[in-house]
Amino acid sequence: MTDAGAAALPRRWQSAKIVRIVQRTARIKSYFFDLPEPFAYQAGQHVDVRLTAPDGYRAMRSYSIASGLGGAGPLELAIERLDDGEVSPFFHDVAEVGDEIELRGPLGGHFVWSPADGGPLLLIGGGSGVVPLMSMLRELHSSGAPVPAALLLSARTWDEALFRDELIALERELGSFALAFALTREPPRRPEDYGRRADMAMVSEVMARLPALPRHVFVCGSNAFVGTAADGVVAAGVPATSVRTERYGA
Amino acid sequence: MATRGFTGRRSTGDETGRVPPGQHLVEDFPVLSAGPTPRVKLDDWSFTLKTGPRPVKSWSWAEFNALPITKMTRDIHCVTTWSKLNTPWEGVLVDDILADAGIAAPTGFALAHSYDGYSTNVPTADLIVGKAMVALRYEGAALTPDHGGPARLLVPHLYFWKSAKWLHGLQFTERDEAGFWELRGYHMYGDPWREQRYTND
Ligand SMILES: Cc1cc2nc3c(=O)[nH]c(=O)nc-3n(C[C@H](O)[C@H](O)[C@H](O)COP(=O)(O)OP(=O)(O)OC[C@H]3O[C@@H](n4cnc5c(N)ncnc54)[C@H](O)[C@@H]3O)c2cc1C
Repeated sequence: MTDAGAAALPRRWQSAKIVRIVQRTARIKSYFFDLPEPFAYQAGQHVDVRLTAPDGYRAMRSYSIASGLGGAGPLELAIERLDDGEVSPFFHDVAEVGDEIELRGPLGGHFVWSPADGGPLLLIGGGSGVVPLMSMLRELHSSGAPVPAALLLSARTWDEALFRDELIALERELGSFALAFALTREPPRRPEDYGRRADMAMVSEVMARLPALPRHVFVCGSNAFVGTAADGVVAAGVPATSVRTERYGA
Repeated sequence: MATRGFTGRRSTGDETGRVPPGQHLVEDFPVLSAGPTPRVKLDDWSFTLKTGPRPVKSWSWAEFNALPITKMTRDIHCVTTWSKLNTPWEGVLVDDILADAGIAAPTGFALAHSYDGYSTNVPTADLIVGKAMVALRYEGAALTPDHGGPARLLVPHLYFWKSAKWLHGLQFTERDEAGFWELRGYHMYGDPWREQRYTND
C-alpha cells in the first residue's frame, strides 16, 4: 500500500471561483473551480467545503475530487442533491458560475491510488460514490499505464449512472478496462450489466473479468452499499488489507 | 466572508454549548472505516498490553470481561463533522486494565492497535484517570462489528477516529508515534474543540 501525499502542510482555506457547472444526471451536477492556490492531489482524495451564512453560521462537508491529472486545470466536484440536506441543495439551487466558495484540500491519504501503485485495480461505486473512482480512471487513462482495471457502478437507472458516457468511451479506448453497471430500478441495457442491487455473486463475476486477483480494491458509496460490496470482495478471496473503503454517510 | 445566498437550513441543533465548532448533531450513528469490517470471534479475541515491543499482559474475552465494568455516557465527535450527544457505553477503564496488569502507565504515549491492522496514537494522559475505556457494550447491547465490536477504544473527548475499532491491544511508546490515520493526514492529537482535524491544524 502506498500512502504518500500526506505532506505535513496545513491545508489552508481558500476562496475558489466556480467557473463551470454541468448537469451530469437529474440529481448530480459537476462544479468546476478555479483555485487561487492550486494544489497537486492524488486520485481518491477529497476537499472540505464550507459555507458561511450572514450571521456567521457555517456548514462544512467533504466532497471527493472527480478530476484527474493531479492538479492541472479546474478542480471538479460532482455533488448529488439530497432534497432534505443543507449543503447539497445550496449547490443545486443557489450556486452559480462566478460564485466564490471556500474550500481546502487535498485531504485524506488512505483512499488514494496513483498509476505507480499498479493493479489489477477493482473499483466499486454506488451512486455518487463513483466520483473518486472516476478520478482514478481519468488518472489511469492520462498516464497510459498498462494497469488492468474493472469498475462496478451501481445506480438506480441508466440515466442516473454518473459519468456513464465517459466510462463507456473509456472502456472502448482502454484495452484493459472492464465496465459493468448495476441498475437497481431498471433492467440492464448491455450484456455485461445487471438489473439488481450489487451482491457477492456480482462482485465476483466482475472481479473475474480482471486477468488476476485485484491488488488494489476501492469501494465507495453509502454505508450499506460499501458494507455489502466490501464483504463480497473479501468473500471472493481478496485479502482485507487490499480493500480500501470510503463511506459517504447513512 | 459570507457565501452568497447561503442562510443555513438548520441550526447546529445545539442549545447546550456541547457541539464543537464545525460540527452538527445527528440522531443516527454513522459508520466510518478504512476497509472491510473484520469479524472477530470471541473465542479468538484477545487484548494485549505492551510497553514498546514487550508484552506486559494478555487477556482472553472471558478474562477481560471479568475486569471491573464501568458505565460512561459521553458526547462524541467525528472528524467528518457529525456529533452525537449522550452516547451510553460500558467497558473497562484503561486505569483498571493497568491495575490488573499491576503497572502504572509506563510512558507518556500510546498506540491503539486494531484487528484490521490499523492504529492510532493517543497521549497517555488522555487515557487514564477515568478519561478512556475499552468499550464492550453500547446502549446496553454487545458492540456490533460495524461499530467496532467485540471491543473498541473509547476516548470520547478526542475526534472519534482516536476511538479505535476492533481493538486488539494498547502499546505504550516512548515517543508520540503517528498511527495509521495520523500518517495519512489526520491530526496527531485531534481535539474537537480546537478543530484539530488534519495535520498541523
Ligand atoms: C470523504 C467524503 C467524500 C464525499 N464525497 C462526495 C461526493 O463526491 N459527492 C457527493 O454528492 N457527496 C459526497 N460526500 C457526502 C457529502 O459530504 C455530504 O454528506 C452530502 O452532500 C450531504 O450533505 P447535505 O448538507 O446536503 O445533507 P445534510 O444536511 O448533511 O443531511 C444529510 C442527510 O441526513 C439527513 N439529516 C441530517 N441531519 C438532519 C437534521 N438535523 N434534520 C433533518 N435531517 C437531517 C438529511 O435528511 C439528509 O438526507 C462525501 C462524504 C465524505 C465523508
